[in-house]
This record gives sequence, C-alpha cells and structure tokens, in this order.
Amino acid sequence: MSYEVVGITVLWLFLYGYLIVASVDFGAGFFSYYTKRTNKNHIIHNIIQRYLSPVWEVTNVFLVFFFIGIVGFFPSTAYYYGTALLIPGSIAIILLAVRGSYYAFATYGAKESKLYNFLYGATGLLIPASLTTVLTISEGGYITQENGNVQLLYGELFGSLYSWGVVVLAVVSVLFISASFLTYYASRANDEGALNLLRKYALTWSFPSIAMGIIVFSLLNKRNPEHYQNMIDIWWVFGLSFIAFAIATYLIYKRRNYGTAFIMVMIQYFTAFFGYGAAHLPYLLYPYLTIYDGFTNESMALALIIAFIAGLLLLVPSLFLLMKLFLFDADYVKGKK
Amino acid sequence: MFFEYDPVIYSRILTALTLGFHVIFATLGVGIPLMIAIAEWMGIKRNDPHYTLMARRWARGFVVLVAIGVVTGTAIGLQLSLLWPNFMQAAGHTIGLPMFMEVFAFFFEAIFLGIYLYTWDRFKSKMKHFLLIIPVVIGATSSAFFITTVNSFMNAPQGFNLVDGVLTDVSPLAAMFNPATPTKMSHVIITCYLTAAFVLGAIAAFHILKGNKHVYHKKALHLTMVTGAIFAIATAVIGDFSGKYLHEYQPEKLAAAEWHFETETEAPLILGGFLTDDGEIKYALKIPYALSILAGGSADTEVIGLNEFPEEELPPLFVHYLFDLMVFIGMYLAAVSMLYVFINRFTKWNAFSRPLLWSVIAGGPLAMLAIQSGWFFAEIGRQPWIINQVMTTAEAATTSQHVDVMLVIFAILYIILGATCITVLRRMFNKKPIEHELEERGISHTTEPIAK
Repeated sequence: MSYEVVGITVLWLFLYGYLIVASVDFGAGFFSYYTKRTNKNHIIHNIIQRYLSPVWEVTNVFLVFFFIGIVGFFPSTAYYYGTALLIPGSIAIILLAVRGSYYAFATYGAKESKLYNFLYGATGLLIPASLTTVLTISEGGYITQENGNVQLLYGELFGSLYSWGVVVLAVVSVLFISASFLTYYASRANDEGALNLLRKYALTWSFPSIAMGIIVFSLLNKRNPEHYQNMIDIWWVFGLSFIAFAIATYLIYKRRNYGTAFIMVMIQYFTAFFGYGAAHLPYLLYPYLTIYDGFTNESMALALIIAFIAGLLLLVPSLFLLMKLFLFDADYVKGKK
Repeated sequence: MFFEYDPVIYSRILTALTLGFHVIFATLGVGIPLMIAIAEWMGIKRNDPHYTLMARRWARGFVVLVAIGVVTGTAIGLQLSLLWPNFMQAAGHTIGLPMFMEVFAFFFEAIFLGIYLYTWDRFKSKMKHFLLIIPVVIGATSSAFFITTVNSFMNAPQGFNLVDGVLTDVSPLAAMFNPATPTKMSHVIITCYLTAAFVLGAIAAFHILKGNKHVYHKKALHLTMVTGAIFAIATAVIGDFSGKYLHEYQPEKLAAAEWHFETETEAPLILGGFLTDDGEIKYALKIPYALSILAGGSADTEVIGLNEFPEEELPPLFVHYLFDLMVFIGMYLAAVSMLYVFINRFTKWNAFSRPLLWSVIAGGPLAMLAIQSGWFFAEIGRQPWIINQVMTTAEAATTSQHVDVMLVIFAILYIILGATCITVLRRMFNKKPIEHELEERGISHTTEPIAK
C-alpha cells in the first residue's frame, strides 16, 4: 500500500470511530431530552448517564484526531475545505462547544435545568447535520475556484436534494445507532423498563435509516455519476451492509442477543462507510483534489505513520481498560459501583 | 462594522479571542492535575483524609474547566484551518507530527480522566486510584509540550528548505525540536503549574479570610504556596534562559519588548514607562547593564537594537507593556509565595495574617493575567510573521467573507460559556461546603495544628 492509501485509511478509520461513538452520544442526548418532554425520563436516565459520563470526552477526541490528521497527511485539504467551510465549520464548532460544556455543567455541577437539557438534546441532531456538509461538498459541484479564491455555493448546497438527503440520513442513522447500542447497554444492566423503551426506539429508526441509505445512494447517481458507478462496481460491499442490517433488526425484534445485534449495526455502517469512501478514491474533493496531489512530503508521512502506530500501542490498552471498567463491568452498568 | 472588512484583521481578532479564552482553561487544565496528584499523594503518605478530600474537590471543579478547555480546544483546532488555510497547508507539511501527537496525548488524558473521576470508591487500594491520575498529568503536560513545539516552530522555523515557495527536504523532528522549543515549552509548562497553584491557593486564602477556621483550608493554602514557591523560582530561571534565546534567535522581539533602539553593549533594562509618539521613553526605570546581562550573561554583550531592522518587519512597540506586566506579576507571585513559606517555616509570626491572605487572593487572577499578557506578548511580538521570516500573517489568512459575523457569534458564545462556568462552579462548591462534605464522609473535624 502506498503512504497515501495508508493515510486515508487511518483517517477513515477514525472518522468511522467518531461516527459510531458520536452517534451513541448524540442520540443519547436526544433521547434524554425527548423522554424528559414525554415524562419517561426516569426510565432511561440512569442508563444514559452511566454510559456517557466517563466517555464523553473521548468521543470528542475522535473528531479532533480526524481533522488534525487530515491536515497532517493531506495539507492541501486545509486550503480547500478550510476556505470553503468557514460558516458550516464555525456552526459545527459552536454546536459542539455548547453541547460539550452544557453536558458537563448539567452532569457535574448545576441542578436540573430544562435549558441545559434542551441545548444538549437539540445540538445532538444539529451537529451531525452540519458535519455532513463536508461529505456532501466532497462530491463536487458545491464549490468554485476562481483566481485562486475558493468559495462555497450556498444556493447549490441548500437547494440540492442530495445534500438534504445526506442530512436526513445522518440524523436517522444517529438515532438508530444510538438506540441499538443503548438497548444492548440496558440489557446488560438488566433494566427491563429502559430496555423496552430503547428497543422500541431502535426498531422505530431502523427502517428510516436503511431507506434513507438507499435513497441517498440513488441520488448520488445524478450528483456524481463517476462515484456512483464506482459504488455499483463494489455492490457486494453494500449487500453485506444490508445483510448486517437485516440480522441486527431481526435480533432486536426477537429480543435476542442485543450484543451481537449492535455488532451487526457496526458492521452495517462499517461496510457502507468504507464502501462509500473507497469508491470516492482517489478524490478527496471532486474534482479538485486527489489523495496524490494533496499528499504531504514523504518524511512527514513516515513520521506520522510511526507516530500513529506508537500512539495506538498506547491507546488500545487504555481504551480497553476504559471499556472493561465501564462497559463490560456488569456491576458498574447496573449501578452498583 | 468597526472598520472596513479585511479578513486578515478579523481572522487575527477571532484567533486571539478564541486562544485568549482557551488559554484560561488550558493553563488550568495542565496545572491542576499535578496539584490533584500531589494532594492525593499527600493524603496517602500522611494518611490524612483532608488531603484526599482536597484532591477530590479539586477534581470535581477541574472537570467543569476541562469541559470548556476541550470544546474551546476543538474550536481552535478547527479554526486554524478555517481562518488560516494557507498557514495550515504549510504547517501540515512541517509540523503535522507534533499536532498529531498532541491529539494522542489529549486522547490518553481523556481516557484516564474519565476513569479517574468514576473510580474514587471502586478500588480497595488507594494507591491504585492514585496511579490513575499519573497518566492524566502526563497527558496534560505532554499536550502542552507538543502544541508548544508547534508554536516554537512558528517563531524559529527550521527543518525544511524553501525553494521557490515550495517546501522541500522536510525533517519533522528538526522542525519540532527547533531552537525555541526548550525555553518555550519549559516556560509554558512551569507557568501552568504556577498559575494552578495560585488559583487554588487564592480559593483557600479566600475561605480563611472569610473567617473559616477549618484546618482543611490551611492545609490547602500550605500545599499550594509551597509548590507555588518552587514553581515561581523555576519560572524565574527559565525566564532568564528565554531572554538569552530571544537575544540569539529573535533579537527584534527582545528589542521591541525592551524599547531598545540602538545596538550597543552595556544595554540597560527598561522597566515601566511609556513611549511618546516621537519615540521618547518617559517615566521609565532604567537598570544599567541588565539587558546585556539578561541577553548574554555579561555586561559587555552587544544587544541588537530596533534600528537594525526594516520598519515593516517590526512588531508593534506596545508589546513592552505586556512584557513588563508578565515579568512584574511573575516576581510578585514569587515574592508572595516565598514570603508565606518563610514566615510559616522560619518565624513564629502568623502566616495567615490578613495582608498576606489578600496578597495570595490577588495572586490568583494576577497569575492568569500574566499568562494572558505573556502569550499576547509572544504572539504579537513576532508580527508581521506567522512563520518567522517565511510567511506573513496576511499571506496566511483566509480570503473568505463573513469572518466578521463569525467573530461576533464566537464572542457571544464565549461570554455565555464563561458566565455559566462561573455560576456552575460557585453553585457546586457553595452547595457543598467542606464541613458538610467531611461529615458526609465521616471524617472527623480534627483541628490539629498544621504540619510544618
């Protein structure tokens, strides 16, 4: 594998990691808010708090990792995306800032506050929407470059069916991923009430998530036929994704093996996400930037890969410890510790 | 708005605003874990539950600060690409490595902080729990280290060749370990510790001054002032090295800080004063030879003056005020903490007298002010360059419209975050004063004299 491919694979892996952990987090925020409004919060409040409190900061790191990593491996992305995304990027920052800090305020400090809860719930759905802008504009046709001046075409962005499709896909996926994880977590805690409610949410959002996946897939044909054709060429990857989805929903529906069901959801998104990414190559930003012309110099690439491996040696055991203590420790999950 | 739209100026203000706000939380974020670790360690070694509780309470307040540190840190990380796309393109080629490693350090810290906070009563052995704060201290300090190397590179760029505007022969390690790195990173890290000690000390002093006689607060003040004194001395030593670094590598910055116009030996150090429009220095205190000694260790060191540089490459001269403010406060902190230690250890006088307590309380906000003025001096002092002698700030900025609107929105965001943070912290600790918490945990109200 060339350095370029290693680089993009590493980054894509972290973006996938963010997609999963952030979805759980964002969805949990939304469910927490929604159940407060419908007076069901007492049912799932503990489950959500016990999971989120030790990990919310880690979630954030996945994102930082991605956007620092991409500048390291592909410095030219800073030029194109940085210039074009000032407004959507800033909006995402503000939402993330509000969400992160108000989560901490609500959890560690203040008394129950409706406002904090609303901010926390609402931002959970708006952040995925604003972050998907990056994926949308990578398809091309949303930015122009004249006299070295990169500009985002807001009319095109807000007027296109494709970009709205991606937003809806992101939001329903967040809710589906989150609900299926929390269903598993509630089952670990033997919390029947939370399990039933969360299972219902998971099933509710399963169909829209797969339907939106298919809709966006077909909308892409119009937007970027080349990318679409590449995706058709590896259709089996998306077939696997669909099968994983089917197994996941079946298990949740049958009230069995919630752990396996969540792993299936992870596989569903892993295959779809990597299939989408692989088919997009070699472009980082169609048609301006490929992974080859935007790549960093060789010595930096090598240094980054070495740092990455060393970092993983440190991180993987630490993450494992975190999961062992808070995810797989039955007593903790049940609230006994 | 206030003046004609210029993305460069607005990008500079917005970056200054974000970094200025972030550095409050980042500084405490680097310093406080060490203080927590020391307190918990004392609690174990002396078998004194007061210190353990101290670590616990500090940790509780720390999480709220970390939360804002994390989100504003994320903000500046993204803003660098949004506001300075050309800089980041160049930086990615040269200093992508330390930026990447900073995220690893942050990752490491985040994982163990989560574990630390939720395992207070989970392990039988207290030592086990103490060990969990060590990675947090290491993670926090090494993020400061890595990100400071990035800033050092901007001041003393090396590790690449520039051929017709294209970066070649990049050596990531040489770029990272540039001449500015040793002094800058040690100065940044030690002042983070110093500031954290004083901020926590100010809280303890405030409680004692309010008439709270509980020995817990005295122990807290004692711990923070003793460590504070050590950090203050180290700061002064490193500050001296920083002067020598500037003399050798960025003489224009040193000259601007000192209003030193003529190249000469036996250069005096200028304290305070102000500069009139026609370049005259008034009401300043001149210490003969001191600048030469600061720069080179002896009075016959020749210090390069501002007149040697083309005018358009000079930083604004008001940086002198920032520099002085930083130095004065540093000396003040050293004096206060050493005075406390001296009185408490070597005399029979009361170290908890009102004037001394007031001086400690003032030290908290002053330390933060020194951090701000130090950073503003360091950053404005290298203008007009974003990468010294390589890329100007104007070349690096975005060409995008709407930076002005973003500036307003972010200003509002920071005001709201700052205000809520203060409210939340106050509520958190007022709701649970130390006496209640001691009772809750079944720790007796002993009033044994403070260990000397």
